[in-house]
Amino acid sequence: MSTVLESLNAGLHGAMEANESVYILGEDVLDPYGGAFKVTRGLSTAYPDRVITTPVSEAGFVGVATGLALSGLRPVVEIMFGDFVTLITDQVINGLSKYGWMYGGALEIPLVIRTPMGGRRGYGPTHSQTLEKLFLGVPGLRVLAPSAFTDPGGLLRAAIDDPGPVLFVENKLQYQRRLDDPAFSALESRLQVQEGYATAATVGVAGAPRPQLTIAAYGDMAERAAEAQLKMAYELEIFSELVVLEQLDPLGPSGDLPRALADSLRQTGCLLTVEEGTHTHGWGAEVVARAVETSAQKLGIARVAAFDSPVPASRVLEASVLPDVDVIVGAAQKLVAALDG
Amino acid sequence: MSDAAARYRAMLRIRRFEETILDKFPTGVFHGTTHTYIGQEANAVGILDHIREGDSVFSNHRCHGHFLAYGGDMRGLFAELMGKATGICGGRGGSQHIHWRRFYSNGVLGSAIPVATGMGLAGRLRGDDDIVVVFMGDGAMGEGVIYEALNMAALWRAPVLYVVENNRIAQTTPIALAMAGTIPGRFEGFGVPALAIASSDVDEISLAASKAIAEVRDGGTPQALVIDTNRFAPHSKGDDTRSQEAIEALWATSCPIEIHASRLDPNQREELAAEVAEEVSQAFAAALADPEPDVEVGAA
Repeated sequence: MSTVLESLNAGLHGAMEANESVYILGEDVLDPYGGAFKVTRGLSTAYPDRVITTPVSEAGFVGVATGLALSGLRPVVEIMFGDFVTLITDQVINGLSKYGWMYGGALEIPLVIRTPMGGRRGYGPTHSQTLEKLFLGVPGLRVLAPSAFTDPGGLLRAAIDDPGPVLFVENKLQYQRRLDDPAFSALESRLQVQEGYATAATVGVAGAPRPQLTIAAYGDMAERAAEAQLKMAYELEIFSELVVLEQLDPLGPSGDLPRALADSLRQTGCLLTVEEGTHTHGWGAEVVARAVETSAQKLGIARVAAFDSPVPASRVLEASVLPDVDVIVGAAQKLVAALDG
Repeated sequence: MSDAAARYRAMLRIRRFEETILDKFPTGVFHGTTHTYIGQEANAVGILDHIREGDSVFSNHRCHGHFLAYGGDMRGLFAELMGKATGICGGRGGSQHIHWRRFYSNGVLGSAIPVATGMGLAGRLRGDDDIVVVFMGDGAMGEGVIYEALNMAALWRAPVLYVVENNRIAQTTPIALAMAGTIPGRFEGFGVPALAIASSDVDEISLAASKAIAEVRDGGTPQALVIDTNRFAPHSKGDDTRSQEAIEALWATSCPIEIHASRLDPNQREELAAEVAEEVSQAFAAALADPEPDVEVGAA
């Protein structure tokens, strides 16, 4: 009975134990604090020489970590708040994502940048955002998001073993999610390879009739989508299949949809994408575009995302901007009704 | 070959290479851009004399001279600028983004400074005494990430030599319009000692570099070497806003090859000049005849 946080922490411990090339860099990562969200707790006690607490210099220490990676070490960098990825864009886009390729393709850059995105904690406009979409479509960069429906620590360990750079997108509220949440005991899931080492989980209500709707989601929103899925099944008799993707980019092999998603869509002909980032130019737009491009049938389509607004601090204002279970249910209901009509 | 002759030859190889680039650019054989090192040859040659296997070099947009002084292949560099399959990076990087052995360059000013710092730190973490030499110009000093990197370099004792080639002009902007304070002061503020030298004499630069590199290697600490130097050619090509007289004055007083020439006898100079001219012309012709890269759609 462990949480996403415990799984990620165990993944880091396991990676550091297994490979002495693994280093941790980030702000306030030393014990007893163990990082702002405690993902790095215990590491500096167990491996004092390989956990480096940094000055508040995100661009600088991501660059330093790139130098470590180019020199054969395997750094894992923590960016304390996902919002601060704006500070590392040059290092990511003009640096670490390109060095392998532009120098002829033989260099490895085994570097993981972990960061928690997301709101619902009242941290306000610069500490609550979901910004990974800014880094989708960057050639040479893999963008992953762990899920309670798969194996968060296992995904992190695989990312650390990856010879190329990874942006590993966590979520603040997701940390306390249980991997075997009893609230989800009525759900069953099938796992398959999404792409590379990333997994796709196809989640449905056990024993339910044939699904009418496919929901695509990742990270914390996948878990909210699962809550919506249960609510729809029990209260509205709308049956859905939730496809949880660990890898946001590249989305699927050779520019296609991930197979799990394509398989589900063939059955339902109806797609709802769900994400916490702002609506316009979001992850869902790419998923929808690929679905339409690759699907033989006409699809019902809708997207759930945050309003195109900064994230306010006030509880009621924040809730009005970010998508929750009821927003997902409402969007699904509308989509299914439109198709039935 | 004596040290004096070797340095002369090394500087002349860079000079003739760069002159060929500028000369042939209008014919369309090169694709993209270039930033030539004409006037600054003594820096690369004087400094990279003192590195050894295991050391790394990170360069900037003006990287051809550094690369050739590092021991890089001239035909491969010509071919890279032509975008040929035989280019050092197969035509992916072009003039500003080259890599061979432990030599790297990136065209975004300042961007490589933390990366080079991390490479130095890696050596210290592994416990070897390899060092990193990273080149930047005065223009790059405006980029904030450099100061983040210097702070960490000093905190974590990264064995890195930060070389500033101060040609006092950033593209077309003179240093007086872009920089407050001093360059050594920027390093000293972080506790990184800075050795400053105003010279285009390869022997003087080599001596200063040998001291600075010994400090880095033996002391295991970061150091800066700030060289007041002169760029004779345009920032790129055809974009020089300085007066002809000003440029001629630089040639008259600070040509590294002229300064060094008196240390060799004229016959030897002529022999070396002929040898280098032949090498450059053969490398150019070979690169020109090399094949274009295979086009992979969605090259990854």
